[in-house]
Amino acid sequence: MLDSLLAIKEALPYILEGSAVTVGIVIGAMSLGLAIGVPMAVAQVYGNRMLRFLAGIYVWFFRGVPVLVLLFLFYFGLFNLMGLNMSAFSASVLVLGLRGVAYQSQIFRGAIQSLPQGQLKAARAIGMSDAKAITSIVLPQAMRLSIPGWSNEYSIVLKDSAIAFVLGTSEIMSRTHFVASRTYEQLALYITAGVIFFILTWVGIRLLQALEKRVSIPGYSPHA
Amino acid sequence: MRRGHKGLGTQGIRMHNNALLRVDGLSKELGGQHILKDVSLELGKGDLKVLIGPSGGGKSTLLQCINLLIFPDSGSIILGGREISFRRKKDVLAFRQQIGMIFQDFNLFDHLTALGNVQIALRKVKKLSTSEARKRAERELERVGLLSMAHLYPAELSGGQKQRVSIARALAMDPLLLLLDEPTSALDPELIGEVLAVIRDLGRQNITMLMATHQMGFARTLAKEILFMEQGRIVEQGIPSELLEAQRLSGRSRTLDFCSKISEIYGEDLA
Repeated sequence: MLDSLLAIKEALPYILEGSAVTVGIVIGAMSLGLAIGVPMAVAQVYGNRMLRFLAGIYVWFFRGVPVLVLLFLFYFGLFNLMGLNMSAFSASVLVLGLRGVAYQSQIFRGAIQSLPQGQLKAARAIGMSDAKAITSIVLPQAMRLSIPGWSNEYSIVLKDSAIAFVLGTSEIMSRTHFVASRTYEQLALYITAGVIFFILTWVGIRLLQALEKRVSIPGYSPHA
Repeated sequence: MRRGHKGLGTQGIRMHNNALLRVDGLSKELGGQHILKDVSLELGKGDLKVLIGPSGGGKSTLLQCINLLIFPDSGSIILGGREISFRRKKDVLAFRQQIGMIFQDFNLFDHLTALGNVQIALRKVKKLSTSEARKRAERELERVGLLSMAHLYPAELSGGQKQRVSIARALAMDPLLLLLDEPTSALDPELIGEVLAVIRDLGRQNITMLMATHQMGFARTLAKEILFMEQGRIVEQGIPSELLEAQRLSGRSRTLDFCSKISEIYGEDLA
């Protein structure tokens, strides 16, 4: 028991350093997902046939292939083929991000489609172009509605980031594995890793809840 | 006035050349249904004309076709002497700015305050500065008696207040005319009055309006002309008192019957 605690104490700084890497992967992947996921959702709702088709293919592919397969496919396959010398960290961010685009776009698409049609109509009626109506009327509302789904996505990406371990990214999981296989304190150390993930999830979700509350529209609550 | 043409539909009516809005032969088919069949009408500056008729008769589609929220299949729209081309995006956007639209269910932007709702098109479409847009928006809110509620969000307003904000939002764009699509139909009876009062004021200020409504008392006392729409056509039209009186005397009484029925439902006295 005491040995275990000592092992944890000893390994903790090293593992915690890994949590910075984990957080980096998650922030990178979530940002990429947001930056491309929103336009993709807009394309799926308002785009022409071709755009909708392309977005549909993209979403279908990235939602249909396991993340482990994606990591190997891109890191050892595509990136190599293209002659990209990418670090394991960058590759993890990119793959989780590209997959996040697919999932996030569906969160935003659902939110956009849940808005009353009259919002767009009223925006058009006062002379706004569709692009302007989407950026200043539709998205500000849809983004607010997306926060609960987005916080769900965050908790999934955070935990899926552990799989970046297979590429040799030195995040929480790979560091824990490294120490555990040397000290034979598997149980204690993996519990430690689990607790760190648990805390990161909790903190992130709390922050997003605070954001949701902060940007909520006064009086606007269909389920009050 | 077009005496002698009452009850003859739109055929044979001579159009004025100085009309503010002239709609000619508008038709629209949706899902195999002819929603609008060769509808023509015109509005002079300062006119208030009222569209009445049963639900599904095409009133709402007509209004939405007039500001191109729905594109008509055929026909022409001439506003201020200029015929509008439906297919050039820039023209369409500029055209819509000149026509204010009031919806039955308000369609205020839910994430913006009353002031924000009135301001946003001034900022994003007319490109006014923040302070100019604010000043103008406050003036419009004052006009509908809601300046003190400028900071409230739509969800914090009553239905009547929401509709007044939406009127302010439309007026802020300096439209040449206002289209009102049953502006009081979604309101509780006790809130209808405040909205009608605002519309009545606009009439006094010579704002040109075309309004679909079931408020027969309002239509009879304030409308320059009643257009009765049924199955996609304007089947009867005329000055309210003359149209109804003529029908009382003659056998043709489609509009009168409809008005009596509606008035009964709303507890108004038509006589």
